[in-house]
Amino acid sequence: MVQSIIFILVSVAALGYAFWQFRQVYLNIQLGKEETVEGPVAERWKNMFLVAMGQKKMFKRIIPAVLHLMLYVAFVFTQIELLEIFIDGIFGVHRFFAEPLGGLYTFIISTIEILSVLAFVATLIFLIRRNILFIPRFNKPEMTGWPKLDANLILIFELILLLCIFTMNGTDEVLQRLDPAHYPDTHLAITGWLGPMIFGGLEQGTLEVLERIGWWGHIIMVFVFLNYLPKSKHLHILLAFPNTWYARLKPKGEMINMPEIMNEVKTMMGLGDPDAPEPDMNAELPEFGANDIFEMSRIDLLGAYSCTECGRCTSVCPANITGKKLSPRKIVMDVRDRSEQVGANIRSGNAEFAKDASQPVSADNYDDGKNLWDFITREEIHACTTCNACVEACPVLINPLEMIMKLRRHEILTEAAGPQDWLPLFNSIENQQRAWSVGTSRTAWAEE
Amino acid sequence: MTVKTMAQFAAENKIPEILFWVGCAGSFDDRAQKVTRAFAEILTSAGIEFAVLGDEEACTGDPARRAGNEFLFQMTALQNIETLNMYGVKKMVTACPHCFNTIKNEYPALGGHYDIVHHTQLLQELIDNGRIKMTGGGEFKGRRITYHDSCYLGRANGIYEAPRDVLQSLDTQLVEMKRSKTNGLCCGAGGAQMWKEDEPGDKRINMERVEEALGTGADVIAVNCPFCLTMMSDGVTAKEGGAMVYDLSELIVGGMAK
Repeated sequence: MVQSIIFILVSVAALGYAFWQFRQVYLNIQLGKEETVEGPVAERWKNMFLVAMGQKKMFKRIIPAVLHLMLYVAFVFTQIELLEIFIDGIFGVHRFFAEPLGGLYTFIISTIEILSVLAFVATLIFLIRRNILFIPRFNKPEMTGWPKLDANLILIFELILLLCIFTMNGTDEVLQRLDPAHYPDTHLAITGWLGPMIFGGLEQGTLEVLERIGWWGHIIMVFVFLNYLPKSKHLHILLAFPNTWYARLKPKGEMINMPEIMNEVKTMMGLGDPDAPEPDMNAELPEFGANDIFEMSRIDLLGAYSCTECGRCTSVCPANITGKKLSPRKIVMDVRDRSEQVGANIRSGNAEFAKDASQPVSADNYDDGKNLWDFITREEIHACTTCNACVEACPVLINPLEMIMKLRRHEILTEAAGPQDWLPLFNSIENQQRAWSVGTSRTAWAEE
Repeated sequence: MTVKTMAQFAAENKIPEILFWVGCAGSFDDRAQKVTRAFAEILTSAGIEFAVLGDEEACTGDPARRAGNEFLFQMTALQNIETLNMYGVKKMVTACPHCFNTIKNEYPALGGHYDIVHHTQLLQELIDNGRIKMTGGGEFKGRRITYHDSCYLGRANGIYEAPRDVLQSLDTQLVEMKRSKTNGLCCGAGGAQMWKEDEPGDKRINMERVEEALGTGADVIAVNCPFCLTMMSDGVTAKEGGAMVYDLSELIVGGMAK
């Protein structure tokens, strides 16, 4: 009875705080601009099914793909067991499904146990890969400090969670023999022999305490995970689904058109709609491109929050491979960090973040004197060859190139800055309609 | 070689079978001009009546747009669309994957709708339907060739097989680099990098790629893009040789029955 009340209180608190945190992430993503979602919806479901659920892109690299799959499948199946934990916790019963399901119960929980063993092994290998083997993509400058700790914490939480499950099931197996009335037979595949091996010979009282530690430890780790997700790269386990659904379906080579500029140029060239209203000359000059998250699209921000910092993008980036400062992963992480910063500042209600101090701070009334250029240097975005290797590599279909191009557009169009080397190119196209100011006629090649 | 412009066709009240979009590199870069000539020779040999825009052609705007200069892109793109629409152009071919990508994927949003193919696609079609016949010999017979996927034909547009099929027709030995097709490594020129100095780093991107290409033991590096052609040729020169860099149309010209 007491345990049930505690369980309900802890669950409500954990779920409530998690809900509040997920709402913050949602609101932060909403700080971006709305983007029209184009293309067939069936294609979107297919992407989500194959890439998020089916992990299709992971299989470009077989070793991490198999290890990741073990964790993924174990995680998905464990949700079945979680249902029982909730029923047991709320109603103060023990292994609610064991008797009604009988052999099927043994089969389901044994499957989860086998998957959990695989997940345990995979987690250990992941820890070794992260901390002992030198895998270049885990050792880039952006992967020091919190991102490194974050990755390790997730793996450590995972190990604790699995140890709790094995303690719970293992002690249960021994208790079944000592107190069959309270502990129904389960005959589990792993703890059926491992439990007696480790816990056999212990006093019943000790076993009962250990069983409770395992049970509570497991559910508490689940709650810890749930509340840790919104602050962590681990959020990808949820956001990979919407992110793959929302991913652009256009050919990768197509850059998003800017109709506002197209229409202005059309008017300038006398190609515009003659009935179009006169442009308002007194209107505030528009900003083009993005130097902050407000001008990035919500799909960009969703992508930033979906990033699991695996670094596949960076490891295939030609600029990064040849020692340039650009790392697509860092760009994505910076967009996420900036979203977090802006979101927190707006929620603080602090007037120092308001553009107009007489009005309350909000997404529309915001100026903290910072923008994405405080996170990303010009050198980074100037190194991009727009080769789309990062876009192709992302296992959850984030598009770092889109973010880089928006930054470049801001630099050139709004700030009239950018690499000096490009000025002759621009002048040549503008004045001579060609990319180089060389040669005479465009048909000179035929005259030889 | 005589080539006719759209203006000349229009003056005769005629419409050519296809418009050959030459592009800035193909028009003005010495090395790329050879590719243009080779491809024009193939078209002529296949009996295809084609035209060029000549001096009415302007830069598609690819480097301007990717540098971030949308105004300039719109100006040059809209000008091209005006010209193309004026001549009622429907079918086009180009030997530049950047021009191909821009015209195919980006012009429609600006009001330019054309059926454009990359020259490697047309070459494959011409070989398949027998409009050009390979001698089965030619100077590249039996040689080791590696094919470098350009980003704008490959990842940007998903065209990986047509160029490889064309190479098969040459009766050569095609060897793949480790990074190929969807995993192909950029030559370093895209995104308007062609027009600027590299950002500080350890190495130039074209060197990384050329080392990989030479590592296959190939003595010919086949490309489909004038920018890749420059970057790979520069890389090979810096390595003091080891392979020749050719566009696919140059290889076909060498191996076809004339």
